[in-house]
Parts: sequence; structure tokens; C-alpha cells
Amino acid sequence: MMREPALPKLKRTARNGERELPKARTGVEGFDQVTGGGLPKGRPTLVCGGPGCGKTLFAMEFLVRGAMQFGEPGAFITFEETGEELAQNVRSLGFDLDGLVKDGKIAVDHIHIEPSEIQETGEYDLEGLFLRLSVAIDSVGAKRIVLDTIESLFGGFENQAILRSELRRLFRWLKERGVTAVITGERGEGSLTRQGLEEYVSDCVILLDHRVTEQSSTRRLRVVKYRGSVHGTNEYPFLIDEKGFSVLPVSGLGLDHPVSSERVPSGVPQLDEMLGGEGYFRGSSILVSGTAGTGKTSLAAHFAHQTCRRGERCLYLAFEESPAQLMRNMGTIGLDLAPHVKKGMLRIHASRPTLYGLEMHLVQVHKMVSEFEPRAVIVDPISNFVSTGTSRDAQAMLLRLVDFLKERQITAFFTHLTSGGTALEATEVGISSIIDTWLLVRDIEVGQERRRGLYILKSRGMKHSNQVREFRITANGVRLDPVKRGKGRAR
Amino acid sequence: MSTTPERWDLRLYTAGQSPKSLAALANLKRICDEHLAGRYSIEVVDLMKNPRLAKDDEIVAIPTLVRKLPAPLRKIIGDLSNEERALVGLQLRPHNTGAGK
Repeated sequence: MMREPALPKLKRTARNGERELPKARTGVEGFDQVTGGGLPKGRPTLVCGGPGCGKTLFAMEFLVRGAMQFGEPGAFITFEETGEELAQNVRSLGFDLDGLVKDGKIAVDHIHIEPSEIQETGEYDLEGLFLRLSVAIDSVGAKRIVLDTIESLFGGFENQAILRSELRRLFRWLKERGVTAVITGERGEGSLTRQGLEEYVSDCVILLDHRVTEQSSTRRLRVVKYRGSVHGTNEYPFLIDEKGFSVLPVSGLGLDHPVSSERVPSGVPQLDEMLGGEGYFRGSSILVSGTAGTGKTSLAAHFAHQTCRRGERCLYLAFEESPAQLMRNMGTIGLDLAPHVKKGMLRIHASRPTLYGLEMHLVQVHKMVSEFEPRAVIVDPISNFVSTGTSRDAQAMLLRLVDFLKERQITAFFTHLTSGGTALEATEVGISSIIDTWLLVRDIEVGQERRRGLYILKSRGMKHSNQVREFRITANGVRLDPVKRGKGRAR
Repeated sequence: MSTTPERWDLRLYTAGQSPKSLAALANLKRICDEHLAGRYSIEVVDLMKNPRLAKDDEIVAIPTLVRKLPAPLRKIIGDLSNEERALVGLQLRPHNTGAGK
């Protein structure tokens, strides 16, 4: 089960030390964390973005979870889809809208505006709308309301002056009614909204974005504005899957993970020797980098083997080889992984990294970790993630992954393929700062021989060897021996 | 002018006794007396008293005049102060290039 990390406590927001603004929790995974508790209670929030960005879904989840989890009934006013269409759309997320309507927890009203059959002549206002909102709110005693979308409402009217003043009145009215409101809006050209007014009269503005970079799509959420409250200003990736909306906070909001001084063996006795005699720290992050064919996967397999032999579960994410291929190859160096898989100690999950966007991968890892509860996670290799996103995205994703694993005291083992030609230490992802123990495997030339050498670039918190050891892959696994001087001729 | 023989069934949605609502009713009566004398009926629905009725004709703007008969259904929003546009909206005058917008 995935534990929800505690919400960060915000002691004071306003400079004069006023009490924290009351907030209404959305129940949307991760979102309440990002906003320090949810949306401003009793005030209007604008959720804007382009078509297909997830506005309606966000609004619906806010309402449904409010009714189901927080005892706050809600009204959904739709200007686009009919009630049935809405119910159908959210059924795929496991929300029983019809049931909630039947139980009197949610009111759905479809206000249909057909511009073609309306002729305007003279002065008018939108009092009819306000009356209808009142009816919907009163019918269930709504504490929350959604208006989806503001454009479909105002698109039906020509008179811009009336429209703008009624828009202001609407936001004021919602505030007076004291309902926590979510108003969705289409993103305008060059401004957040079509009218360019909505964002100023809202107390909180959330921008949703759906962009495609190099054929993989990423959804992002940003809190543009939040009156009277501190909020994260980052763009947070989010996902829409069969469980609804989930926002991935750039965790590591604080560097306060639990720290263990327990050691876990690497599976290679000589390597443990180099690492202060005992191996890695539990819950630390380990990176092995090197050029192609230097034995990175072998080191990973040793660690997996060792973890399972100790009776701890290990999750192996393979992005280059299929499980069968990995097991066959490791069999040739004396590592029999099949029994661990059979016993359910080792789970090998192979997928092509380009199949999904980075965030989808992260969420997959989150899910697998929550289900399988491993003590060690191996990602082999992380370099493939770099190919799916921009280098900065990959870095951000790894940071979140490392934080996520550290929070749970799971040892993280990454391999990284460095491209030939660049300095070996120059890891493309620039992830040094989030790695605790960094091993480098590289070709070394001894005399006229080309051999593999391994050394420890860094290992936080332990006395470690600064030797370069010769790295040999034998039928009985990896061996690390002191480098003997070359004799000057090939043996 | 109009030679339509049918009965005209009109419904005016208002919200209380606002100046716009009162103006709309006065303007409507004047237009009807002039163009539809003897063959129209006006029903005034005050949504302030009966807000649930707004759903029936999808009323959002106030005042809204709905032409129930003759079909098809037409909606005219505003206080009907612009008679030209009101006539076009009611289809008492053809919507040609000179009229309306």
C-alpha cells in the first residue's frame, strides 16, 4: 500500500502572522501536498489548460472525493457534456457518479446554451444562471461546486461588456455563497484564459498542460497563483490512469529521509572489501557507470542475487534485455537467478523505455514498489531514460525516484552506459549529487593489454578504497583483483 | 407586414421586478400590440419565485423571451429595447442584410 507522505506544515503564510488560509482537500493524490492542503476553502479556483489536458477530470475528482472522503456534497454544472456523458466518462476511473447523485451527495446540472437560437436585444444579465446555481447548490447542500467550462457558458453571448461584468459578478457571488469552486477554462492565446480576466478574479489558478516531446507525452500541472498561501511554483508532472489523477510532487521537499547505518553486501566479496569491508549502506543510491560491455549488468545481477539470498525481495527493471535473456546471460557467469524468480523473491520487469513518457515510468515504479515491497530496486540502465526525455527531465525523474526509494529505505542500484569519447566521469544525466556510491568500470591499458578496471569514484559516509582494481568476469562471477603490472608483452 | 395567421405563444422569463424585466415586458407588449394584435398571449415567469422553471427552457440570461409558438422555438435575450432586433429575433421581419446586426 502506498503511504501518503505527511503534508508539509505551513506555520505562517501572511507576513503579519495571520492564521493559515482554510483549505479544502481535493483528495487528488499529490495535489494536496503541492498546495499545502488543497484548494482555498470557500473561494473560486480557476483550472485552465488546452483541450484534453484533464481539466474536467480534475474538477470531477475534486467533487467526487469531496463527497466520498470529506463529507462535502458538491454540484457539477456542465455547459458541455450532458450528465450521462459525464457519468460515463468518469466510470472508467471507478467513480460511481450516478450512485452519488442518487444518494443526494452530488447534483449534476447540464446547462445547455445554443448560441444559434439566441438573439440579443438590449440590456440583460445572467441572473438566470445564478438562480440555477442556487438551485443546484441547495438541492444537496453543496460545499463544492464545479463550472465546466466557462467558455461554453460565455461563448453563447455577444455583448462583451455585459459578459465581463457578469464574469466578475459570478466569482464574487461564488465567494459570497462560501462554496469551494472550481471553474475550468480553455487556455487563450498569449494569456491563461480567453477573456484574460478569469485569472485575476480567481483566488487560485492551476494550469494544466499536455505536451509531447519527441513523441512521448507528458502532462504537467503548475500552481500559477494562490492568494494568501505559499505554494510550490514548479511544474509537477501528473498522470491520469485508471485510478484517476495523480500529481507527482517533486519530492525531497526536505532532505529528511530516514538514514540507516546498516550495510548490505554487494554480492562481490572483493568489492565489499573496497567499500570499507562491508558493502553498501541500506537505503543508499548506487550508480555503476561505464562504456558498453564493461560488466555493469553483472554487478547489478550480483547485487540482486545477494539480496534474494538474504531473503529480501528485489525488483529488477531491465530496459535492454528480456527477463529470459538476462537470466541466461547471468547463468554463464555462475549466477542462477531463476530460483529467486520462482520463489517470488526477484521480480524482473522488462520494458522498452521509449514506450511511455518518463512520468509514466516513474508511476509504474511507484506502483510496483507499493505492490511488491522490495528492499532493493535495480534500474538497468538509467541511460535509456535519457533517451526518452530531455536530460533535465531525466534528471528530475531520477531525483524523484531516488527520493521515493530513500523514503522507504529501499536500496537503489542504477547502471549507466556512458558513451565512448566523453570523459567517463561526465555522466550525461548529471546525477552525481543524488548518488551516494558511484562505481566506475572502464577499460584500462596495462602494458599492451586492454583490461577492465573498477574504481570507486565516491562513496558517502564510508572509508573506501581508492585503488583501481582489475575487473574480471569469470564463470564464477565477477572478481576484482589488484592490478598487476603488465610485463610489456601480451600473455 | 406579417400576415402569419397562427397564434403566438410567448413566454417572458424575469427575475423579480428589476428595471430590465419591467422594460422588457413593456417593450414586448408594445411590439405585440403593433404586429400581433389579438392573436398573442404572454406568460410572465418570475424565476425569483420559481427558480426551478429555469431548467425547462434552459434560461441563463434575464430577461429572456421565448417564442413557444409558432415553431421553431426562438429565444431573445435582453430588454427588447432594440425593436429592429427584437422583430428579427421573433421572425416578424426577415433577417436581411439591412436588419439586425
